[in-house]
Amino acid sequence: MAEERWKSKRLACWNQAKQLRTDYYKNYAQAHEKGGIRWAGSAWAFSVIPAGLGEDVWSLTGEPYGASVAWKKDFAAQCHEAAQAEGYARDLCAYMRNYWGSILLNKYVFGGEWPKPDFAWTCHTCCSHAKWYQVASELEGGVPTFSIDGSVGPYDELDENRLNYLVDQMQEGIEWMEKVTGRKYNDELLIQAVCNECRSTSLWAEICALNKAVPAPLDEKTMYSLYVIGTLIKHRQECVDFYKVLRDEVRDRVDNQIAAAATERFRVITDTQPPWAFLNIFRYMESKGTVSVGSLYTFGLIGIWEVKEDGTWGPRTPPEEGSIKTREEALRTIAEWTCSRPEWQQFYSPELKTEMLKRVVKEWKVDGVMLHYNRGCEGLSIGIAENKLGLREAGIPVMSFEGNMGDEREFDPERTRKKIDAFLEILEASLRR
Amino acid sequence: MFEQFQDWLENRHEYAKDWKARTGGKVMGYFCTYVPEEILYAADILPVRILGSHEAEDVTEPHIFKMFCPFCRDCLAQGLKGRYDYLDGIMIAQSCLHIRQAFTSWQIHIPVDYSYYLPFPHGVQNRAVYKYLTGELDKFKKSIEDWTGKTLTDEDLDRGIEIMNTNRRLMKQVYETRKADSPPLTGLEAMYMVVAGQMTDKRDHSDELEGVLKELPSRNLDRETGVRLMMVGSEDDDTEFVEMTEALGSTIVVDEHCTGSRYFWNEVEPQEDRLAALAQRYIDRPRCPSKDWPERTRIPHILDLAEEYNVEGALLIQQKFCDPHELDIPAVRQALEAKGIATYFLEFDVTVPIGQFKTRVEAFLEEYILEDMLF
Repeated sequence: MAEERWKSKRLACWNQAKQLRTDYYKNYAQAHEKGGIRWAGSAWAFSVIPAGLGEDVWSLTGEPYGASVAWKKDFAAQCHEAAQAEGYARDLCAYMRNYWGSILLNKYVFGGEWPKPDFAWTCHTCCSHAKWYQVASELEGGVPTFSIDGSVGPYDELDENRLNYLVDQMQEGIEWMEKVTGRKYNDELLIQAVCNECRSTSLWAEICALNKAVPAPLDEKTMYSLYVIGTLIKHRQECVDFYKVLRDEVRDRVDNQIAAAATERFRVITDTQPPWAFLNIFRYMESKGTVSVGSLYTFGLIGIWEVKEDGTWGPRTPPEEGSIKTREEALRTIAEWTCSRPEWQQFYSPELKTEMLKRVVKEWKVDGVMLHYNRGCEGLSIGIAENKLGLREAGIPVMSFEGNMGDEREFDPERTRKKIDAFLEILEASLRR
Repeated sequence: MFEQFQDWLENRHEYAKDWKARTGGKVMGYFCTYVPEEILYAADILPVRILGSHEAEDVTEPHIFKMFCPFCRDCLAQGLKGRYDYLDGIMIAQSCLHIRQAFTSWQIHIPVDYSYYLPFPHGVQNRAVYKYLTGELDKFKKSIEDWTGKTLTDEDLDRGIEIMNTNRRLMKQVYETRKADSPPLTGLEAMYMVVAGQMTDKRDHSDELEGVLKELPSRNLDRETGVRLMMVGSEDDDTEFVEMTEALGSTIVVDEHCTGSRYFWNEVEPQEDRLAALAQRYIDRPRCPSKDWPERTRIPHILDLAEEYNVEGALLIQQKFCDPHELDIPAVRQALEAKGIATYFLEFDVTVPIGQFKTRVEAFLEEYILEDMLF
């Protein structure tokens, strides 16, 4: 065990995060009992839009659900086998197979039967998103499905034509939703949801930016339980409220030098989803004096950023309260806002991701980068080998390990620990130099 | 009769270099058949599709995660080995992530004068898509104009459309002859024809097709047609596999993949706005699975082809790790089998184990198809 260098304590708002998550999955499952609506889709779906159908509309976002299944190894294995028996290849997105497996087994990982959605509403950015719900709809006997095509290129090339395409699809989606649900759409609720989402995603970036401090007030393993609220309900007031509480607490930890890991000596980052069934590798690293202070994934999947006057990354400034008046304005705002999401940029060029990683290394005072060659998600693994080359060229220590975020059969914990040991020796040697 | 196509395919690089020397024009390497070649022909640029060579390679490992498909790695390998050193530019029309990875690695490591990423929409069933793609084609046209220093007029675009449409029409006429009880060409010959068309000047290719079409009606292949097969799936230019399959007592009479019918099946319908016409053609073409959602429009198209060409069995071909096809194959398989068409699934790599595949295809032909026909 490495020497303890900092004081550390548990987050006070930890249980609040757990409760929000529990309520989310319960609300979805019980929505029909209260006359509400259930929809399912990617965590990248424009969730602000179904919010305009009413306050009793609850979602099930597929990736966090798939990650929850992954954590329960036995159930995940059953899901994978069920999906394979249906003819779906084992190298497909592991979250997707966990989700389909739950349908096929008619089991909700949080207990009870599979809660079939009333409609699917998603966003297609990688090769799987819209196809995921196409297949899910077939397995569920024909759930109405609409997907926004979000693949309009990187943010620095966003123009009116591309923005209009997103907004036009959203308008079409609203018409479709009205038809599918028989409900009249409420623009006021949409506008409120857009404001909430801009604030919550900006707040999450602000929280992540506080982790530039030494010692880091948050470690990545803990961040997984916090960022996830944004993947579930980023458009809701509860998310904004929680992230304010969390931001204040993290700020207090920075002011008082309260570390997430008392042993913090080396600081690393990862890049994408972890193998969820093996999060204990983070604790293993801490026992060796190394803390992961985050990743592009935890920072940029939900967090929305901008370059500040001093050239560093900070939370993007949300639109002013009351500045959005119409449906069109709300849709344009959220479309433009979402396109600046860091995790969407890498789909168009590995160099964009390499540059973001280099920025994080510099600003978060990182000693090395751990790249997860994630067999479970080709979307966030695209360009990863080029990222490795780019980081090495910049003189940044890099280690890579292969695994799968949602299919534990493809992760070798012992081998990964050995690789981590070797990597930490390299960091140690570089410190001596 | 199809030797010229085979020669073009096997000597693609020599052809392109010769074309450059002959015309003084630029050559554009492209990564996906959603690239609007009409605009390139309008600018007197030769589009050549970048394909692999089906040789084992060890140059892409540092650049592409090994769970990405063999096709994208094979394509990048050709660039890294310098085989496309004559290209003036490269471009991609957005399709799957894997081929996109090959394109972006090419951008980083193999310098060319020009590169363009056309964000071709995936939501081809959404209403807004036509206006969007028309706008993107306009930007692409301007980019080509900037690069070549030549303004593209409606007449230029009409010429590009005519070149492409003529070629599509002629290839479809050749495919039409394959409906006969004794098709006058093999699946191997059809593959030579279509793939060669993706890397030669369409005017040369169309001239050759005109000649072929004159001779085809009187052509009699000295072979049994055997089992009438269809090939469905990922990019497939594996001529060795096709030759082996047809030597086992079968004929591939039609296909549904992007080195086959999906490439040329529909034409550009004239409109006053030429770019809108192009957008419509590429959006409405038989779809790649990566764009075929939420409705599965591929399935009725595949079933129609199977019926029109009197197909008895289907080989479902998939490049290893190709997610879009992995997401379609169970549904395609189910739909074909519901119509009484036996299916057999094969996963392709850069090189295929031809001996193993021979045994498997032979068993498929005997067990699933001939047995049905005999009993």
